[in-house]
Amino acid sequence: MALPGAAAALLARWRESDLWWSFRRSPVAVGAALVALLCIGGALLAPWIAPHDPFDLAGLDLSNAFKPPAWDAEGDPAFPLGTDGQGRDVLSAILYGARISLLVGLSATAFATLLGVLLGLVAGYAGGTADAVLMRIADVQLTFPSILVALLVNGVVQASLPRELHGALALYVVIFAIGISEWPKFARTVRGSTLVERNKEYVLAARVIGLGRARIMLTHVLPNVLGPVLVIATLNLGLAILAEATLSFLGVGVPPTQPSLGTLIRIGNDFLFSGEWWITIFPGAALVAMVLSVNLLGDWLRDALNPKLR
Amino acid sequence: MTAFILLRILQAIPVMLVVSLVSFLMFAHVGDPVAIMLGQDHTPEQREALVRDLGLDQPVLVQYWRFLGNAIAGDFGLSYRLSRPVAELIAERAPATLELAFTAAALALLVGVPMGVYTGLYRNSWISRLFLTFSLIGVSLPTFLIGILLILVFSVWLGWLPSFGRGETVQIGWWTTGFLTWSGIKALILPAITLGLFQLTLIMRLVRAEMLEVLRTDYIRFARARGLSNRAVHFGHALRNTLVPVITIAGLQLGAIIAFAIVTETVFQWPGMGLLFIQSVGAADIPVMAAYLLLIAAVFVTINLVVDLLYYAVDPRLRADRGAAGAGGR
Repeated sequence: MALPGAAAALLARWRESDLWWSFRRSPVAVGAALVALLCIGGALLAPWIAPHDPFDLAGLDLSNAFKPPAWDAEGDPAFPLGTDGQGRDVLSAILYGARISLLVGLSATAFATLLGVLLGLVAGYAGGTADAVLMRIADVQLTFPSILVALLVNGVVQASLPRELHGALALYVVIFAIGISEWPKFARTVRGSTLVERNKEYVLAARVIGLGRARIMLTHVLPNVLGPVLVIATLNLGLAILAEATLSFLGVGVPPTQPSLGTLIRIGNDFLFSGEWWITIFPGAALVAMVLSVNLLGDWLRDALNPKLR
Repeated sequence: MTAFILLRILQAIPVMLVVSLVSFLMFAHVGDPVAIMLGQDHTPEQREALVRDLGLDQPVLVQYWRFLGNAIAGDFGLSYRLSRPVAELIAERAPATLELAFTAAALALLVGVPMGVYTGLYRNSWISRLFLTFSLIGVSLPTFLIGILLILVFSVWLGWLPSFGRGETVQIGWWTTGFLTWSGIKALILPAITLGLFQLTLIMRLVRAEMLEVLRTDYIRFARARGLSNRAVHFGHALRNTLVPVITIAGLQLGAIIAFAIVTETVFQWPGMGLLFIQSVGAADIPVMAAYLLLIAAVFVTINLVVDLLYYAVDPRLRADRGAAGAGGR
């Protein structure tokens, strides 16, 4: 398969870049990338690689309930990580759950990035009242831990929605709540860089030839302030996944019909005392592997892009 | 100094007003409180009477003013879910949360600071490496998983410690305490570790970084040259200079402890304010949510204010800077 010319050139450029060099020389980054790829691959390919369909109620057999992992004497090789109280395969549930966790984490981060970058650009470029108001809001919000903000926004939006819409919209409400709780970090960084860029000559030149404000902000300033955003977004992805897991564990997150890793841990928590530890520990381990690998990648990216540390 | 304190207090007031407006709007406009209070069957006359009783027919500003007055007097109305005054519910559960938060904070400081000093002084010993690995785990594990793992090991497998509730409590006036009974103390151990672990690792890493920084400075080298004992150098000179940032972060983290108490209380079914809040979110119990929001905001604003003032009092360098910058609005 021949790669299109542009893609091949991009790949060649990437091979020669500093980033690739620093990546290969950091065993932690390579290991984290492998684990992250495994988690993301497992989540994306869940419908094809999961041994069972956890949502297929007809396929559930109560006689399979509470099977321990396959390596246990009472285990069944058909269920590598055991089964839960309804005979559902834990491994399949984790693969599908990681899908939901990842979906919410990515969407919430994308939402927070979009909102934060736009508001930060406006605050930095326009200045004046818009700047003062936006940054005051960000300050107030940063006073509270973001998980608390997400909890409150989630609670308020759910309480104001009619009951019959809950199931259909719950996923979007969680994404919105987590995104809202994380935007100030992006806005502050972007505002700071915009303040620096605003007075540079190329912006002045753009103004002189009569370009509009929106055009200058989006096509001239924006590309120059995006660098640090990538690092914050990577680090934020881990936080967003954890926030979703925490909300779902508390029982106010994603709906039970679309269980995420947090939901699985909450369900498994009820069986802890009867000795079925695998129902909660394996989803927990998957969550930690996912978040830890993303965080380590983010840490590496931050150091690699920081010229002072080279 | 007085001007600075006044300015900070003045800055705190708008924050409280915004938060109270949000909780008022929640109170008045989220869902239909009248329908919730009347239940399924009611006549239009009953409805009108209740609307008039609650003052919902008056302008929004008048309603907000009355809400503020009531809130300051500690009156947040009745919980939809439990039909009891919200203030009473919160007062009943506050001791549980405060005792848990206090124990977690004390644990984090009393264990975190010595561990940080040790890893800062002997940075290459294997114990330091062990502590650092342990702190990486503390940072990456979500709070609820730490709680579940502790329950699994110490309650289910070993059977040493209880996994839910406060144990026996003793009533002192309106305050209930678990500190005075053996079962109360046993019940406190696992939740306090769960809640304090993240802060502990944070403080340890902070103290370590600060110690490494301070130990490189000239005045430490000079103190050694004067022939002072290691003990005097490490604790009298180095540690004392690391404490300013530690106090600040520890103070600000008190807020995080209260926020994550929600999670810990859910894992351990600890009968505190956080559990009350989560149950209220689940049941769309707006009065409790609004009151909790206001209370938490008040706590956070107070903590920030105190930390700012402490910083100002502890670090003389800030006074000159702030005086000039303060006029322009920070």
